[in-house]
Amino acid sequence: MQKANRHIYTVSEITQAIKGLLESSIGEIWLEGEISNFKAAASGHFYFSLKDQNSIILAAMFAGANKGLKFKLEDGLAVICFGKVDVYGPRGQYQIIVEQIEPKGLGARQLAFEQLKKKLAQEGLFDLGHKRPLPQMPFSAGIVTSVKGAAVRDIMQILKKGAPCVDLVLRSVRVQGETAAVEIAQAIEDLNNFGKLDLIIVSRGGGSTEDLWSFNEEIVARAIYNSKLPVVSAVGHQINTTLSDLVADVFVETPSAAAKIIVDKKNALIAQLAGFKHELDFSMNNTISDLENRLTAFTHMLKSPLDRLREKQQQADELFEELNYNMRHLLEFALERRNSLVHRLEALSPLSILSRGYSLSMLIPEGRIAKDISQIKLGDKIKTVLHKGAFISLVQEVFNDEGKAGI
Amino acid sequence: MTKEKPEFEEDLKKLQKIVEELSSGKITLGESLKKYEEGVKIAQSCSFALAEAQRKVELLMKKDGKLALEKFDDSDIEEK
Repeated sequence: MQKANRHIYTVSEITQAIKGLLESSIGEIWLEGEISNFKAAASGHFYFSLKDQNSIILAAMFAGANKGLKFKLEDGLAVICFGKVDVYGPRGQYQIIVEQIEPKGLGARQLAFEQLKKKLAQEGLFDLGHKRPLPQMPFSAGIVTSVKGAAVRDIMQILKKGAPCVDLVLRSVRVQGETAAVEIAQAIEDLNNFGKLDLIIVSRGGGSTEDLWSFNEEIVARAIYNSKLPVVSAVGHQINTTLSDLVADVFVETPSAAAKIIVDKKNALIAQLAGFKHELDFSMNNTISDLENRLTAFTHMLKSPLDRLREKQQQADELFEELNYNMRHLLEFALERRNSLVHRLEALSPLSILSRGYSLSMLIPEGRIAKDISQIKLGDKIKTVLHKGAFISLVQEVFNDEGKAGI
Repeated sequence: MTKEKPEFEEDLKKLQKIVEELSSGKITLGESLKKYEEGVKIAQSCSFALAEAQRKVELLMKKDGKLALEKFDDSDIEEK
């Protein structure tokens, strides 16, 4: 290096030279790294660093470039950027001016989805506590979908066949494209304002993740969350859970499944009503047969006094017979006793004494029986009664002394 | 005529209560008969509401910010 011919750069000149070198030799590149120190300036520009294990590079993404970004940049996010390496003179720093950025691994949309999902989850939009039960029987359902789509056809066919008691109010919307999300959200609000409905089905037939994207938009999720009517989300034809599904009170995989929920409810109710009817009949029959039993029991109880009467009658008959028997005996006994008395009486009769040789003396004509000699006077007419006869005599002599009578 | 949802659910609740009361066997025959009759009537009207086949399909339209129903012809949809 010749010091005599030396060229002295100014700082700006060398910065410019470095800038030129970097731009010409590196220029526009794809760069992969992890975001750190992310700042969104008031101007709308984003400033951050990209780093890997060993190095770090400053990065700037100006407002014009980051405007349409679907996801949020945040520290720790692994990204792939497209941009050009540049030198920022005022600070003497090299940096990459990012034109495009996408999350590494996930697609930008997917990341946006995950980020929105996280945000809504934190706000409580998916809380189970917020989910309302569907009415026991929705007799009128609002449907948010395109009347030109397959979803509405599926739902209507199944309901017509399985639950024709359900009235439908359709609110036709575009289910994909730029304005779809706004239309869907508005339709949910309209059906709520219309009232007179039991629930709302938000539906769309199957399609690619992109086709279903409107059902992942925040505005749709919030409209479902704010709906006063219960919302059934039936988006797609396979398992691809949208934010609508997560916010809705009930979600099913297909439009047909949403209609089937209603048909199932109807059939369950019909079965329940039949069960109730059966129980009513059963209980009524029970009540009646119970009463019949009691009546029979009462009838038995009514019969019983008659039985008792018969019993008493029988008893009376028996007693009567006994009495009869006793009376007869008593009578016989009395008769016997009388006969013996009669015999004894006969033995005592004066007539029987006469047969043994005794006699009776009566004063004539009084007929008075003479018991004492003092009754007898000389010359009295005496009738003497003997066994088998009598005779009359005159008293010729009276003896007052027993001894003198000479008996 | 389609049954209103609150009426239907109210009826179902009433019916369930009647079924319970009747099966308890704690009410008089007169009451039982009355409840039975009422229960059967409710069950019939509920079944009738579910068996209703005259469904309406309408389109909710918005014109000048006002909501209005229009008849929706679903015959073409069925044929597809």
